[in-house]
Amino acid sequence: MKVLVTVKRVIDYNVKVRVKSDNSDVDLSNVKMAMNPFCEIAVEEAVRLKEAGVATEVVAVSLGAKNCQEQLRTALALGADRAIHVESDEVLESLTVAKLLKKVVEEEQPDLIVMGKQAIDTDNNQTGQMLAALTGYGQGTFASEVKVEGGKAQVTREVDGGLQTVELALPAIVTTDLRLNEPRYASLPNIMKAKKKPLDVKTPADLGVEVTSHTKVLKVTPPAERQAGIKVASVEELVDKLKNEAKVI
Amino acid sequence: MAILVIAEHDNASLKGATLNTVTAATQMGGDIHVLVAGEGCQAAADQAAKVAGVDKVLVADSAAYAHQLAENVSLLVAELGKDYSHVVAPATTSGKNFMPRVAALLDVAQVSDITRVESADTFDRPIYAGNAIATVQSLDAIKVITVRTTGFDAAAAEGGSAAVEAVGSTHDAGVSSFVGEEMAVSDRPELTAAKVVVSGGRGMGSGENFALIDAVADKLGAAVGASRAAVDAGFVPNDMQVGQTGKIVAPELYVAVGISGAIQHLAGMKDSKIIVAINKDEEAPIFQVADYGLVADLFDVLPELEKQL
Ligand SMILES: Cc1cc2nc3c(=O)[nH]c(=O)nc-3n(C[C@H](O)[C@H](O)[C@H](O)COP(=O)(O)OP(=O)(O)OC[C@H]3O[C@@H](n4cnc5c(N)ncnc54)[C@H](O)[C@@H]3O)c2cc1C
Ligand SMILES: Cc1cc2nc3c(=O)[nH]c(=O)nc-3n(C[C@H](O)[C@H](O)[C@H](O)COP(=O)(O)OP(=O)(O)OC[C@H]3O[C@@H](n4cnc5c(N)ncnc54)[C@H](O)[C@@H]3O)c2cc1C
Repeated sequence: MKVLVTVKRVIDYNVKVRVKSDNSDVDLSNVKMAMNPFCEIAVEEAVRLKEAGVATEVVAVSLGAKNCQEQLRTALALGADRAIHVESDEVLESLTVAKLLKKVVEEEQPDLIVMGKQAIDTDNNQTGQMLAALTGYGQGTFASEVKVEGGKAQVTREVDGGLQTVELALPAIVTTDLRLNEPRYASLPNIMKAKKKPLDVKTPADLGVEVTSHTKVLKVTPPAERQAGIKVASVEELVDKLKNEAKVI
Repeated sequence: MAILVIAEHDNASLKGATLNTVTAATQMGGDIHVLVAGEGCQAAADQAAKVAGVDKVLVADSAAYAHQLAENVSLLVAELGKDYSHVVAPATTSGKNFMPRVAALLDVAQVSDITRVESADTFDRPIYAGNAIATVQSLDAIKVITVRTTGFDAAAAEGGSAAVEAVGSTHDAGVSSFVGEEMAVSDRPELTAAKVVVSGGRGMGSGENFALIDAVADKLGAAVGASRAAVDAGFVPNDMQVGQTGKIVAPELYVAVGISGAIQHLAGMKDSKIIVAINKDEEAPIFQVADYGLVADLFDVLPELEKQL
């Protein structure tokens, strides 16, 4: 069984982003970048399926500018067998990413596609579902457990109110939630080995997809800042403030 | 053209998130039609017909829609959605599951998690864990939108008298099936709609210790939430996670107990009206957003607080 796993290059989750003074976008110059944490979980799940003998090959894909090859190398160091970079310097909206991925899926014919549920930059939470629609595959979003058996995937999903389990015919798409697994760190020898693993570069034109825009970002502004309040000295003072000053209880 | 709102419901009744979504849709301008897709969902449809501002209710009653499987529901919504200017649903886990599928089927973008309607095609949405607000214009003929419910007041549940119409078509994609679910049962208010939320973090130390939070929550009629660390540690179930990648809340009062205040947690609660932080570390970042901070051991504070309320 072949597993395709998507890897997005995003701002490191520890960094608090700033808005540019001209309100055109957020300022990403000299900001630490990393693999989207949900994609780390996706890579880990794919590699575990291989280690368990369920998967035979893990292929990592990233779309974007040249520098997302860094994250692909990380995926290779974590255990992916080879990588595909769809190179484009344009803003790739989720729908375009899904269309490009559909072409990659047609070429690669994976049995399972594992993606992050959400990229922590634009927080869209939509690309996996869009790819599922375009391919007609079933989707197990926000997964906290994935079992692959007898040509089917059983996916337990984190939903409002608790957990839901669905069964999907393969090929299928899974998007990861936080509790699916705890990703490993890449070891130094594996980082060295990853440098020699195959990484193919393609363009949207190679895949026959035109990069279009369905949305326009008019401005990006900072949110309303909260002012730090006061420290209270005791529970009694706290209750008094909540009752008589804030009037919320 | 009219706006199609996809109702969130459990067949028997309409979920509160639908009411906030109707308000957002009203601001986009146009007649409001609400789709109730489910199995044995007439009761929910009847409730939807009473919501103020709703002009028509469409009911799609079929076993294929019983568990809101995205593969099936998206085919129905995309079919109906072709005749609307906007297709709108709450950004709950259900809306997040099927709506991007609808958008892709219609070959349009989705604008996710909007907090403000600027005009019929322009919306505000938080990005980067709420550290920036993007004003996004949709260039598509059909706008597919998910709504962050805390950004909009609830429409009145009573006062409307919309016509209810059955939708004939049934779509079963045949690629997925429902196996089972494990739902947390609680008689507390729903986290995302509660007026008061008391949340515990890693500082709680164990699941048993959450009884201290429950006792305070009982006194306040509050919902109980948690940080990711508390969920990961198994203290409480996943659906209690507040934050960038969990639930977004904006109650009148949010009490953070033993929570440090990571940006991912703040993203889920910093629009609360009043924030209280209880933490023994006076340097904890949570104090930077708290209206009232108490630097103390939570194991002393919580029993005392319960007594004084
Ligand atoms: C300020 C601003 C606002 C925007 N608002 C919108 C908007 O409202 N709607 C819209 O459609 N676009 C919007 N965009 C465009 C947005 O940047 C792209 O939609 C986004 O980069 C595509 O991924 P995502 O964040 O939607 O992914 P999500 O759907 O959140 O990501 C889910 C998963 O998909 C996979 N994935 C996504 N992108 C890639 C990639 N490039 N390479 C590899 N894997 C990937 C990853 O596994 C990821 O975890 C906006 C852009 C900006 C700058
Ligand atoms: C991709 C991604 C998504 C994430 N999404 C979320 C999310 O949605 N929601 C979320 O919450 N987090 C999220 N996180 C995790 C986040 O970064 C933090 O790790 C998490 O919020 C920390 O939880 P905490 O504050 O409970 O724990 P800690 O940071 O460990 O803080 C515990 C606090 O308790 C205090 N404390 C300990 N004992 C006591 C005591 N006896 N009395 C008083 N105070 C005490 C300590 O001083 C400390 O400040 C995400 C992270 C990533 C990478």
